[in-house]
Amino acid sequence: MSTHLIPPLGDRDHALGPPDAPVTLVEYGDYECPYCGMAHPIVASVLQRMGDSIRFAFRHFPLAQVHPHAQHAAEMAEAAGSRGKFWHMHDVLYRNQDALEDEDLTGYAAHLGIDPDWAAQALATHRFAGKVREDFMSGVRSGVNGTPTFFINGIRHDGPWDGPTLLEALQSAASMVARR
Amino acid sequence: MTGGSNSIARQTGNSPGPLPAGTPAPDFSLASGPDTELRLSDLRGHPVILVFYPADWSPVCGDELALFNELLPELERHEAEVVGISVDGIWCHRAYADARHLRFPLLSDFEPKGAVSRTYNAYRAGDGFSERALFVLDRGGIIRWSYLSPVDVNPGADGVLAALEGLPSPATPIGAPS
Repeated sequence: MSTHLIPPLGDRDHALGPPDAPVTLVEYGDYECPYCGMAHPIVASVLQRMGDSIRFAFRHFPLAQVHPHAQHAAEMAEAAGSRGKFWHMHDVLYRNQDALEDEDLTGYAAHLGIDPDWAAQALATHRFAGKVREDFMSGVRSGVNGTPTFFINGIRHDGPWDGPTLLEALQSAASMVARR
Repeated sequence: MTGGSNSIARQTGNSPGPLPAGTPAPDFSLASGPDTELRLSDLRGHPVILVFYPADWSPVCGDELALFNELLPELERHEAEVVGISVDGIWCHRAYADARHLRFPLLSDFEPKGAVSRTYNAYRAGDGFSERALFVLDRGGIIRWSYLSPVDVNPGADGVLAALEGLPSPATPIGAPS
């Protein structure tokens, strides 16, 4: 079974942090998944601790049959991304996991200064569904087996992802890169 | 894969491992509902994915079956059929499939308990439930790929997809554009 990130972090990804950071963290997540919701502030905190030594990217892995709002939420994040607001929307969605109806999503778009009619139309026409599916299939190819799944420098992180464990794994990856 | 082979060796111990590639898949007929049975040989002509799993409701299983559920459009492109198999009874399967919106059959290897799982070397006699094992069968019912996962690890679906892509195309696709 694969445990390597396919494709590697690249231009198609939404990413935070310097492109030449020694450590990359990629999360496959689902905006309606409660575990991903728990992971959201943990990721924010480890990113802060790692500073300029980490680059973080998020890829969609909506389990839409179990989480009926996850697909549209992911599409709305992409819609916002096309307006330069991916991370704003990403944060809003995780902070409002219990309010992800379509009208909530377009409301969040409006709040971020995005035309809500355009956003509603983007959902209705599945304009960003292809990008979300690409992320999902890349996750399947990479051995994602649930959400959230993390990859550190392209290798699946199979351990726990509480703050101290995740930070230690990232710091250890950073020191391995430094030794090379 | 990193370190997986060791854990698998530990997992299987002295058992012979799941039926390997090249083996004709043992035929079976199992209940798929209160009044319905599914016979494996009726699926001839399609690639078939057999997903043996320990139990309905356990969290890892949920993720594993949810993953195949989400992948149905891809599996349909390969004209593949997927079935889940565990020792749970039909009413348990029905409640579970309804709760998780599963859109493929769950079969009950219920009586005699685990008989079909045993024929695939995918049964944990000491525990009394099926292994977490995957089989990809070609259109002629021959096993082309099999995999035994540690019972608490969701194997994901990348191996199944790769195996499906490795199957030869049907010689004379019926109704397919040439």
